[in-house]
Amino acid sequence: MREIDVKTITENVAEMCKEAAYYLPEDVYRGLKKGRESEKSPVGQVVLDQIIKNAEIAKSEDRPICQDTGMTIVFLKVGQDLHITGGNLNDAVNEGIAKGYTEGYLRKSVVGEPLFNRVNTKNNTPGVIYTEIVPGDKLDITIAPKGFGSENKSGIKMLVPADGVEGVKKAVMDIILHASMNPCPPIVVGVGIGGTMDRAALMSKKALTRSIEERNPMPEYAKLEEELLELINKTGIGPQLGGTTTALGVNIEWGPTHIAGLPVAVTICCHAMRHSHREL
Amino acid sequence: MAETIRIKTPFTEEDSRKLKAGDSVLITGEIISARDAAHKAMTEALARGEKLPVDWNNQMVYYLGPTPAKPGDPIGSCGPTTSGRMDAYTPTMLDQGIKGMIGKGSRTKEVVDAMKKHGVTYFAAVGGAAALIAKSVKKYEVLAYPELGPEAVARLTVEDFPAIVVIDCEGNSLYETNQEKYRTLEGY
Repeated sequence: MREIDVKTITENVAEMCKEAAYYLPEDVYRGLKKGRESEKSPVGQVVLDQIIKNAEIAKSEDRPICQDTGMTIVFLKVGQDLHITGGNLNDAVNEGIAKGYTEGYLRKSVVGEPLFNRVNTKNNTPGVIYTEIVPGDKLDITIAPKGFGSENKSGIKMLVPADGVEGVKKAVMDIILHASMNPCPPIVVGVGIGGTMDRAALMSKKALTRSIEERNPMPEYAKLEEELLELINKTGIGPQLGGTTTALGVNIEWGPTHIAGLPVAVTICCHAMRHSHREL
Repeated sequence: MAETIRIKTPFTEEDSRKLKAGDSVLITGEIISARDAAHKAMTEALARGEKLPVDWNNQMVYYLGPTPAKPGDPIGSCGPTTSGRMDAYTPTMLDQGIKGMIGKGSRTKEVVDAMKKHGVTYFAAVGGAAALIAKSVKKYEVLAYPELGPEAVARLTVEDFPAIVVIDCEGNSLYETNQEKYRTLEGY
């Protein structure tokens, strides 16, 4: 059986936290450039110029793209034939987050308890860790730090089957219009359709780890992604101060659901759609 | 876009009243950062009848929680946070003499009413342009609540800090006019 030591996991997670914070994915950078070319609002053009320049500075100087370096979402796919040695997997991941956020001069934005005390844990742990057991002997890690300016504007709607495609569009647009200029547009929109309430929300998060240049493999969903993007870019919200570049992409993930249900979850991500991926 | 206006701190009501929604500005001088936890602490202190640790008269508040500075730098990445979370505390804070607010996103009617009453201007910095904005910050000194870490109240010495007037002291909003201008959505 293949073995992996927890120290290797910690080291990789630490590096990935820094990478994700400093380097905007290429597809998002291209999306911003494309948006700048087509943006009609003069003030929107100025905003996009600043956002593009910001991404370039962050990359060339190893600096966080945004001061909100996020709550750290971690997607793990653990091969069932992989033996993790030397300690506990979750502890190893959290140690990696603490190390990465400390060494990388990233902001520690996590409070240990949400309502009564709200004391900062001072090392950005714990991360939000999702673990899936898969065939094989590899460990697949995706780190997706999530800022809360956009997270606070995300939402979920429990539709019924009769609502259909139009209902889904309306649910998504309601959330987008309510979010307005607040989640740092141009945004990337992750949509989860189906499952249960929690599964839909998780799918909407996972959707944001896919490239904005890749459409859903099922043609009906690919078309819906394109239609939603077009609608969102007609809202006038634009790059924060009004304009035509409101979203860079819409990514939908779907899953089986109950005969009585049609859950729709929307995770809004700011233009700093950050993620880092490694297979160990 | 219109010509860029250079403004200096301290920022008085007279300075504020000259600005109109849509104006592009470069701010030089000193601005003071405060966000969620500091706003809560300050309004609670006022409710207890205590004096605030900072004199806010003719100051500009910047809604910010920066990343830690790398060695040799004055500050880390330092873009604006969502202003709306401070709305519940803002009318009380404006009573303290703040004349400019820098953040991002919409404000409530209560805040806009208080802005009109006190002659306050609301500026937007570009959300997520944090590494770029850091270039205009020359000095960062914590003034109060150091235990809040990135949420501490701090004085930032800035040179040509880029911002745009989004709501002026008469309540005109660039958000509203410019969104309307580019909206072609029908049926939603």
